[in-house]
Amino acid sequence: MDFLNAFVALSNFVLIPAIAYGSQLALGALGVTLIYGILRFSNFAHGDTMAFGTMATVLITWWFQSMGISFGPLPTALLALPFGIAVCAALVLLTDRGIYRFYRRVKAKPIILVMASLGVMFIMNGLVRFIIGPDDQRFADGARFIVTAGEFKKMTGLSEGLALKSTQAITLVTAIVVVAALFWFLNKTRTGKSMRAYSDNEDLALLSGINPERVVMVTWLIVAGLATIAGVLYGLDKSFKPFTYFQLLLPIFASAIVGGLGNPLGAIAGGFVIAFSEVMVTYAWKKVAGYILPEAWAPDGLVQLMSTDYKFAVSFAILLIVLLFKPTGLFKGKSV
Amino acid sequence: MIRVENLHKHFGGFHAVDGASLEIQPGSITGLIGPNGAGKTTLFNVIAGVLPPTSGRVTMAGEDITGLPPHALFHKGLLRTFQIAHEFSSMTCRENLMMVPGNQAGEQLWNTWFGRKRIADEERALRAKADEVLEFLTISHLADHKAGQVSGGQKKLLELGRTMMVDAKIVFLDEVGAGVNRTLLNTIGDAILQLNKERGYTFVVIEHDMDFIGKICNPVICMAEGKVLAEGTLAQIKANEQVIEAYLGTGLKNKDKLAEAGA
Ligand SMILES: Nc1ncnc2c1ncn2[C@@H]1O[C@H](COP(=O)(O)OP(=O)(O)OP(=O)(O)O)[C@@H](O)[C@H]1O
Ligand SMILES: [Mg+2]
Repeated sequence: MDFLNAFVALSNFVLIPAIAYGSQLALGALGVTLIYGILRFSNFAHGDTMAFGTMATVLITWWFQSMGISFGPLPTALLALPFGIAVCAALVLLTDRGIYRFYRRVKAKPIILVMASLGVMFIMNGLVRFIIGPDDQRFADGARFIVTAGEFKKMTGLSEGLALKSTQAITLVTAIVVVAALFWFLNKTRTGKSMRAYSDNEDLALLSGINPERVVMVTWLIVAGLATIAGVLYGLDKSFKPFTYFQLLLPIFASAIVGGLGNPLGAIAGGFVIAFSEVMVTYAWKKVAGYILPEAWAPDGLVQLMSTDYKFAVSFAILLIVLLFKPTGLFKGKSV
Repeated sequence: MIRVENLHKHFGGFHAVDGASLEIQPGSITGLIGPNGAGKTTLFNVIAGVLPPTSGRVTMAGEDITGLPPHALFHKGLLRTFQIAHEFSSMTCRENLMMVPGNQAGEQLWNTWFGRKRIADEERALRAKADEVLEFLTISHLADHKAGQVSGGQKKLLELGRTMMVDAKIVFLDEVGAGVNRTLLNTIGDAILQLNKERGYTFVVIEHDMDFIGKICNPVICMAEGKVLAEGTLAQIKANEQVIEAYLGTGLKNKDKLAEAGA
């Protein structure tokens, strides 16, 4: 038995990847949950909003790179991020002006807004593919690793290596900063309080003189920021491919719903629940088991519950379970 | 002040407000009475912009305000309370009151970052104001309680408190007294009179409590089945045959006679 090596293997293959993925999902789910809380519909275009914001950032990153601008050991994409957010915000505000605002005016039912967002999704989908193409794009630069498996082994003398990619560390740090800023904004500033008030009781908020259009506009700005950041972090960590962002919609919605739609804290918890489940269910536990169990019991198979091809089934299963037993989610959101 | 002309509000085939016309004089405290389901709350909802009217017109000081959204009406000085108390449940009672005055400096994103001092000053003033209102409503001890957790009657007080946070021109009160104890009801009555006299608020008050209406309202309007039945002083209303039939019932008439006989 070798707990130390088992723990290192666990960290390397499960904990670290799941934390990074969970942070990305949490940021994505926060955007979905804010739209649900304030505009009261499930925004199916969120995955493609992420793709659009990321695409804008990728293009600006490439331009920066061609100009020889770099951010030292950090990815140039972080420099391009604010510009990407601005471009994404412009698009999102444009769609609100052009599409959603009309449905708000006529007081359309939420399902109509959902359908409209489906349309927006297809348009953004096409737009991204038209501009950057459907293929995989790499835009990460700077240092790849903070610690490589080899270095770690040399440092500790353990037989198991632990690699920490710089993108994973950047993801976690960025997510913490963004979430802290968001909660400060929602709880401490007057604009944030207006948003919470509007989400809590729309009628009363209106009768208290809160301008709904301003609340909606600020919400879209924040959502554009969250979506672009989540998308860029995911892209840096893996790679940028429009279709993967469309696929991310499922785990992101699962996170938001599991946590409780409309509840920001829930979105974060949901993101990590989904990420950990997905990684743990699709991880081959043979190695970790080999360290912990006595030799005679060492498993022959991979001890993998599900192939990674089925990882989306995990979000789906968790989503179903939560909807069946606790429809308002873990953190008491609005029921769906 | 407010003029309602031939207002209709239909829900499907049901005529909740069915051609109501009335006029609210500036500086008055008008009572609005009528049986359950008469359409009083619906009338309020249409005037306050919560529901669009099916037809008809509402004007405020000569200006057409039909169908304006509630937040726009708020900024014109038209406020209302809800029959079923509404609150921002995750905020404290004090924060609930502090939400009221719209267009605060802190609502501008720009100021959130660059106008910190202005926001801080504004917050301090609002906070003092909110505490004053809570004190007045005898619920200072609830200032830091979550509004979602206080009692029904206390939520009603909070509703009234909201209208005291800004300088309103006209306030529509929908049964603020329901579920509030007697002593407090008197306090509320005094508050209404005081706001009316000192700050010149115009009030429209829906109540089922005739003593309360009698104490503060003149004139009184009686509605039934979506129409205005009668208008006048409470004594006139009480004597109106139609009103007695639709709302007050003969019991009250007898009681009045008994009282006269006893006197
Ligand atoms: N949103 C709605 N949809 C359908 N019918 C409605 C709606 N709102 C009100 N009504 C109906 O309109 C009628 C008038 O309701 P309203 O609430 O205005 O009465 P009210 O005079 O305020 O009565 P109460 O004294 O009980 O408060 C009722 O019969 C009610 O059922
Ligand atoms: Mg009513």
